[in-house]
Amino acid sequence: MNGVPLTWYLILSAVLFSLGIAGFLFRKNVITVFMSIELMLNAVNLTFVAFSYQLKQVNGHLFAFFVMVVAAAEAAVGLAIILTVFKNRSTLNIDEVNSMKN
Amino acid sequence: MQLWLIPALPLAGFLINGIFGRRFSKAIINAVAIGSVLIAFAWALKTVLALGEAPTFEHYFDWIVAGGFRVGCDFAVDRLTAVMLLVVTGVGSLIHIYSISYMEHDHGYYRFFAYLNLFMFFMLTLVLAANYLVLFVGWEGVGLCSYLLIGFWFHKTSATNAGNKAFIVNRIGDYGFSLAMLMIVVNFGSLDFRTVFGAASKPEGMLTPIAMLLLVGACGKSAQFPLYVWLPDAMEGPTPVSALIHAATMVTAGVYVVARSFPIYIHAPAALERVAVIGLFTAAFAATIGLAQNDIKKVFAYSTVSQLGYMFLGLGTGAFSSGIYHLMTHAFFKALLFLGAGSVIHALSGEQDMRNMGGLRKKIPVTFWTLMCAALAISGVPPLAGFFSKDAILLAAYHHAPWMYWVGTITAGMTAFYVFRAMFMTFFGEYRGHEHPHESPAVITVPLAILAVLSVIGGFIKIPVWLDKFFPAAEAPEEFSLVVISVAAGLIGIALAYVMYIAKPGLADSVSSGFGWLYRVVYNKYFVDEIYNAAVVKPLVAGSRVVLWRGVDAGLIDGMANGIGSRSQGFGSVLRLLQSGNIRSYATWVLFGSVILVVALGLVGAAR
Repeated sequence: MNGVPLTWYLILSAVLFSLGIAGFLFRKNVITVFMSIELMLNAVNLTFVAFSYQLKQVNGHLFAFFVMVVAAAEAAVGLAIILTVFKNRSTLNIDEVNSMKN
Repeated sequence: MQLWLIPALPLAGFLINGIFGRRFSKAIINAVAIGSVLIAFAWALKTVLALGEAPTFEHYFDWIVAGGFRVGCDFAVDRLTAVMLLVVTGVGSLIHIYSISYMEHDHGYYRFFAYLNLFMFFMLTLVLAANYLVLFVGWEGVGLCSYLLIGFWFHKTSATNAGNKAFIVNRIGDYGFSLAMLMIVVNFGSLDFRTVFGAASKPEGMLTPIAMLLLVGACGKSAQFPLYVWLPDAMEGPTPVSALIHAATMVTAGVYVVARSFPIYIHAPAALERVAVIGLFTAAFAATIGLAQNDIKKVFAYSTVSQLGYMFLGLGTGAFSSGIYHLMTHAFFKALLFLGAGSVIHALSGEQDMRNMGGLRKKIPVTFWTLMCAALAISGVPPLAGFFSKDAILLAAYHHAPWMYWVGTITAGMTAFYVFRAMFMTFFGEYRGHEHPHESPAVITVPLAILAVLSVIGGFIKIPVWLDKFFPAAEAPEEFSLVVISVAAGLIGIALAYVMYIAKPGLADSVSSGFGWLYRVVYNKYFVDEIYNAAVVKPLVAGSRVVLWRGVDAGLIDGMANGIGSRSQGFGSVLRLLQSGNIRSYATWVLFGSVILVVALGLVGAAR
């Protein structure tokens, strides 16, 4: 098989995923956190597709579409929540949104 | 033959009086309680009269069926059972009638009769049983009733303590009995009397242990040394109870069981020898204690222990029929002694100490004359009942081992002495009490009179002839000189009592002070209760308190339960810190976990 070898895709995917994790764990802004989650999902998507291509199987593509649908639904619900939170609290700092605690 | 009717009648009486008695009038309670026992007596009489040489066996239903092992609810009547049946129902009926007056003013009137009927039910179950397990049901049942009736006046601490003591000491004996039953099951595969006794010679080595364990049970129930301690205390119960349960019937259950198991004992001579030695020792031992007691019921209680020892001596020397003979005559005269003592106590409104009696001969003549019959009978004066049976036992003892005869004869002398000491202190001399004695009503004196007649002529009911074919013949030719000696011993005892308590009233005190320490030891019953207390009860209580309570219960069990609780609490308080509610810290843990997982999988992969 010519072109880009599988390993590169996997490394890229791992890098993107790690960035996503780092963003999720360390950023305070809700929207950034949200985007980090999207980043992780897409890193996984990349892995699926890469393997699917490599193994000549369609399952990976199917999963990728699945993940996209879930991500879209999640984005819709998530952004709605974020908007409401911002309206009520006037903040996007995730550490300040802790009224469920205590 | 409908044998089940005999115990079922008192049971019905118990149920009716026990459940509804509170609302019944005394007349109805009497009718139910005494009627049921009288009908049972009549039915027993009919059964016995119809009985031939062969036993009657009745099977009602299978109680326990486990593989090849089965225990049925079976009753049987043979000649041995016949004697017991008539003694139990006959003497029982008289004592029921007697109780009408004796318990007249008691608040627990219906309860008393309910218990008495329950006792009759269990006792009849015991004697009718055709296997060891049904017998054991009766055995435990009479123990229960004994406990209930000793502690009948439960507001008295001493009575409840005495009840507990009787129950607990009997537990030791019952433990032996249950072990014996288990060994019988193992060795014979059955508990049925016919099966076991049919094969009694087979398991060679095991018969002696079985017989010894049965003897332990018999010693508990029949108050033999060293388990006799409960019987004197059992006198805390009402006097009819002492007469019925602790003189005439229940305490003879041990004698009955040994006699019933004679095929086992015959093949276990070592155990049979033990029966004789324990019996003889108990007879002599209890008689010496009886010499120095001042409570009239205590005197008769030790006398009962002593006479039961005689029965064991008879059984142990192979004269089984003599043992049963004495069982019957003893039931007559000892029940009479107790009922008479009850009549005296009744006349003196509850006074039991003989030092506060005296001179009652004129005041309560019927009681005096009937009691005199019993006293002469127990002293072995011919031709009263006690003479024949005691003589048969002593004769058998002589042919077994002459020294046993001599000890038995001396005991007979002591028996005569202490019984007549009680008679003289109670009925002769000057009246030393303050109450105004009054003769008891006819419901008391009529049973006394009937028992007096039986004590006089009971010896002519020749039990050894009746049981001739039942037990193996004991070869004991009559020897006139021995009879003379044992009768003389009794007469000497009576004469000595006369001299010490009537002719020279000061003599008794000077004798007792002359043998100061000996008198104190005997007066305090050889300190056996104190020794048991120090050797068994105290260590047991201390051990329970320190080891079982503080150590095992509080330390181990509570410690375990509390430890598990506090450990999980501590563990939880650490784990709680993980539940921060912060999503991102959870995510950190997830990441952490996945990294470990990946590393582990990598390592495993590398290892492959």
